[in-house]
Amino acid sequence: MENILEVKDITMVYPTGVIANKEVSMDIKQNTIHAIVGENGAGKSTLMNVIFGKIHPQEGEVFYKGQKVNFKNPNYAIKAGIGMVHQHLMLAQDLTVAENMILGIEPKKGKIFLDTANALKITREVSKKYGLDVPVDKKIKDLPIGVRQRVEILKALFRNAELLILDEPTAVLTPQETEILFETLLKLKEKGKTILFISHKLSEVKSLADNVTVMRDTKVITTQSAAKLSEEQIAHLMVGRDINSARIPDPKDTGNIKLSVRDLSYIDKENIQILQNINFDIKKGEILGIAGVEGNGQSELISILTGLLMPTSGTVTVDNNSIIGLSPRQIRELRISHIPEDRMENGVADAASLEENFIADRYYKPGFSNKGKLNWKYIKDYSKDLIKRFNILTQSSKTAVGALSGGNIQKAVVARELSSEPELIIAAQPTRGVDIGSEELIHDLLKDARDEGKAIFLISADLDEILKLSTRIIVIYDGQITNHFKDVSNISGIDLGPYMLGVKKEEGASGKIYS
Amino acid sequence: MEKFILKYFTLIRTLIAILVGIIISIVLIYLISEMPAYSVKQFLLGPFLSKGRFANVIENASPMIFCGVAIAIAFQAKQFNVGAEGALFLSAAVGTAFAVSTHMPTVLHIIMVLIVAGATGAIWGFIPGILKAKWGASELVASLMMNYIAYFGGLYLINSFFRDKDAGFLVSIRLPETAWLPQFIPGTRLHLGILLAVIFAFLGYYYLYHTNSGYEIRTTGNNQKFARFAGINVVKVVILAQVLSGMIAGIGGMTEIMGIHRRFNWQMTPGYGWDGVIVAIIGRNHPILIIFAALFLSYLRVGGQILNLMADVPSELVLVIQSIIIILITAEAFLSTWKNKITIKEAERVEVGNESFAK
Repeated sequence: MENILEVKDITMVYPTGVIANKEVSMDIKQNTIHAIVGENGAGKSTLMNVIFGKIHPQEGEVFYKGQKVNFKNPNYAIKAGIGMVHQHLMLAQDLTVAENMILGIEPKKGKIFLDTANALKITREVSKKYGLDVPVDKKIKDLPIGVRQRVEILKALFRNAELLILDEPTAVLTPQETEILFETLLKLKEKGKTILFISHKLSEVKSLADNVTVMRDTKVITTQSAAKLSEEQIAHLMVGRDINSARIPDPKDTGNIKLSVRDLSYIDKENIQILQNINFDIKKGEILGIAGVEGNGQSELISILTGLLMPTSGTVTVDNNSIIGLSPRQIRELRISHIPEDRMENGVADAASLEENFIADRYYKPGFSNKGKLNWKYIKDYSKDLIKRFNILTQSSKTAVGALSGGNIQKAVVARELSSEPELIIAAQPTRGVDIGSEELIHDLLKDARDEGKAIFLISADLDEILKLSTRIIVIYDGQITNHFKDVSNISGIDLGPYMLGVKKEEGASGKIYS
Repeated sequence: MEKFILKYFTLIRTLIAILVGIIISIVLIYLISEMPAYSVKQFLLGPFLSKGRFANVIENASPMIFCGVAIAIAFQAKQFNVGAEGALFLSAAVGTAFAVSTHMPTVLHIIMVLIVAGATGAIWGFIPGILKAKWGASELVASLMMNYIAYFGGLYLINSFFRDKDAGFLVSIRLPETAWLPQFIPGTRLHLGILLAVIFAFLGYYYLYHTNSGYEIRTTGNNQKFARFAGINVVKVVILAQVLSGMIAGIGGMTEIMGIHRRFNWQMTPGYGWDGVIVAIIGRNHPILIIFAALFLSYLRVGGQILNLMADVPSELVLVIQSIIIILITAEAFLSTWKNKITIKEAERVEVGNESFAK
């Protein structure tokens, strides 16, 4: 088989000084499905962006169909026959599927007006040709994420893509949607396309890929036939040691109810019902996981629990005292901490130093300051201790947080939130974008907190994480609770999927109290 | 070397911007002047050539420091309140009115007048603050518009009620001597207000970097959402920053009247509030650096005046230099390629170091 793509000795250093690829070489054979696996920060996305012409490496060459190429920007890559499906889909939300398809290459009536009928026809034809079903006249914003992704794939195919790059395509999908995607990819392979996909879920790689390239720490470790490697072997190559992904044992006993949510509803400014009749309890010493596709009301629920948003109706009590109407500081004073889902937006001030970020919720407390005057020496020692305990890689405690890697920023956020001696921890996406080693560390810390009798509310888009840590799981869809799993040890993602998509719903689930 | 450049990059960049501005102005002088060498010398060295001129540089810097610190505190909270000019003008007018209508022993009188002026400025800063916090009204627009109100309101107050009818032009009654800030070097107008300006700069620095309240202001300015998330009352902070800003500008305006003119004699707004914006930008909102930025801008201004007087170059040349420097300092991309190259070089060096260490 011919190589459709060869990269040779790529070295890429970002203007921030971060080395993302170091002498990376890799061959992609024509008409295969090729997986690239590696931890976050291993350099996978950087390599894809180099191939797609988005960024330009300091050293190295890319050969496409035997010819050396140097794409000035992605448009040149698309013209050459390379298509890319980004993790955060690049579609115009307010346009229909057909309008997105023809964007930039619109069929015209009389050279001026958009030929809508023709656009619909073209889209149907492409959809039929590849056997990928899409509702051509629906707006993107009204479609589930799996279908949106299909539109983006079709869009690339419509532009004659021979080589299709998918950046972590399954990260945002439910297990059911993932299966459909895999069928699609296999279909495309039959039609002669080459597929390059990034993943860090090893079961996917094993079930789909012909070849696999493992990256670690900016370098390519190996490229091999996927059939020859076991999942454990791939995992070992990825992190350079064995990892433990087994479910943590359930707690021996749980205590009294710590947090109690009753009939909680939230209607937003545009009069859309975001949350409807949410009921649940969290006991001391347990982790309650909430499973659900992102954007089904989780963010608003967290904001209400942390005092950033007022609910429309319902009650939230901590130790039987209502917290509705309390300010974020008053809620924090009740020993409730909060790892936010978007670390750059809510979790840190990126231009400020690590020290200044660590003290954001406690600068006014004794030790950190005295009579309104900050004690920088104490803060420095305190910060150094946190940096050590949470294994944050940084030059000093005065380094600006924005200069750290994503994983280390997340560790800094976790360090702050877990070091405030919380009784209730609201952990949203606690390991998003961190490497496996740090993920393990954060998981261990959460488990330890649970075993110390703390109540933990875990919100995560990563089902594996939910299944690994949760004592109990509730599933949310469209602002309502669709089911509750009291025993987590025997369930898998497949069991949760239908409830996450709203296909199934337990009888009377939304009104029930789950404790 | 690379490490050094990276550490002090912003400072080096500022110095290079200043250098480029001066070089361009020298080129301009050579283009328009009949006696370029003389003009350049007058412009660059003139301010140092006599005691009077040098004193001019320092006394002009004083209101710039006050206004620079005022603007910096608002800017650190990411509140683009440019009302320092209005606060300065109105506070000086109200302070003058208070000073000429009261009788007190000297030190007390000075302190009371400054308190009245500061309070006027604080109220003036509070208005855009509360408008922003409650209704999301842009503080930039509000403070700009309020500058007009302050200007005409201040003139109305002085010209209608406190005008000195014996003077041949529109000025207020003379302040009683008990409210004068003493001038302490004979032959110059250097007065106590200059010392106050420097003290306020140091207080501003201490406040911003060493107190809880200052920390709240900087954190809110860095990322308001994060500040709210962490429990900081951002509404309070947003208002407080603008109140403090108005207060400092107001005190600055009053010291000018008390130290130099000894009566309210502004019929035009003096422009110190805008100079404050300039020095806050050059000094990167750091009160201590603002002292140097104000001295530098004042030096340029005095140099420009000398140029106007002694040579054949108009003093507007200073505006050209000023503009070039500010554009270069605020242009994010200026010298960024250079910085990138050094960063990458440094990163590779560290990487190599690590690898050889590992072996």
